[in-house]
Amino acid sequence: MSSQPVSFEESVPDNLKGLVSDWSSDVQTFKVRWSKAMMWIFLVSDTFIFGSFLSAYMAVRLTTTEPWPNTSEVFALHVGGADIPLLLIAIMTFILISSSGTMAMAVTSGYKKQRVRTGVLILLTALGGVAFVGMQMFEWSKLIFEEGIRPWGNDFGADQFGGFFFMITGFHGLHVSIGVIYLTTIAVRVLQGRYDRLDDYQIVEVAGLYWHFVDLVWIFIFAFFYLW
Amino acid sequence: MNEQEKHFKHPSFYPGDAPETEHPFSLYISVWILLFVFSGFSYMVDYMNVEGYLRWFLVTVFAFLKAGLVVGVFMHMAWERMALLYAITLPPLFLLALAGILAVDGSFIYYIRDLFMSLTPS
Repeated sequence: MSSQPVSFEESVPDNLKGLVSDWSSDVQTFKVRWSKAMMWIFLVSDTFIFGSFLSAYMAVRLTTTEPWPNTSEVFALHVGGADIPLLLIAIMTFILISSSGTMAMAVTSGYKKQRVRTGVLILLTALGGVAFVGMQMFEWSKLIFEEGIRPWGNDFGADQFGGFFFMITGFHGLHVSIGVIYLTTIAVRVLQGRYDRLDDYQIVEVAGLYWHFVDLVWIFIFAFFYLW
Repeated sequence: MNEQEKHFKHPSFYPGDAPETEHPFSLYISVWILLFVFSGFSYMVDYMNVEGYLRWFLVTVFAFLKAGLVVGVFMHMAWERMALLYAITLPPLFLLALAGILAVDGSFIYYIRDLFMSLTPS
């Protein structure tokens, strides 16, 4: 018998055999912290919410006999005497992707237990979220007060457009807002040294999962609502 | 350190948390740039007025490419064990089934509505 202890990775390899073993050996299935596993499971349920919204939107758009409003026209921004289609949306996409990038770096800094760097990067991420929500408020008020779009009707085409627009982007904006509060809380705790005392920064990774998911949902809203 | 924290920190509690989950910033920056490039491409689809099936196809492809990068690299799914990977990524496939069924059904509903409304005196 070898006296060398066998590492976990060697005894349960990460392949199909390991998959079966993880799920069947009367052991903890997910070899990660429960905080992380439960965040993933929550995100799956959230995926179903947004997925159902977008599927319903697709079904309504397919079945309405009135033409669907031209989104590049509705969401155009008048800059310097010309209408630039989807300009605001492009900037919002840019900001949200950037905030996802800073969050990924915050998670990496968290692994290295760099307190100040992690905290500042999370705050930067939250700032991106604030900017995003601010621009969304600008977009909403423009659509409501200037274009006269309502959940029950508008001048551009099918009446259902407003309902789906406000429901889907509103629910996403709510996620961003909650994320800003969540991230600010975590950033304050990081900077206070709470995770140094615990010698454990995994909470940062879990918060990061939530934030990346918010970015992920936006990718699909951007594609299916604004561009399709 | 209390008992709960000791248990929490015990290595056997999370043997999957391997040190290779640490990656250099350069990896995230290249993914970041790729996300911008794909966003730019899907924006160009609109800007250049690509219409019809090609538009829908391109927009969907770029969206799923971006989603793959975010889930795989930013959310570290590429380095998780298969048990978690499949538990998280397989269930949402039901949504594709839902969307598929609704898409097939939608054309019938549209046809019937069109027929009904053309019969209604306005």
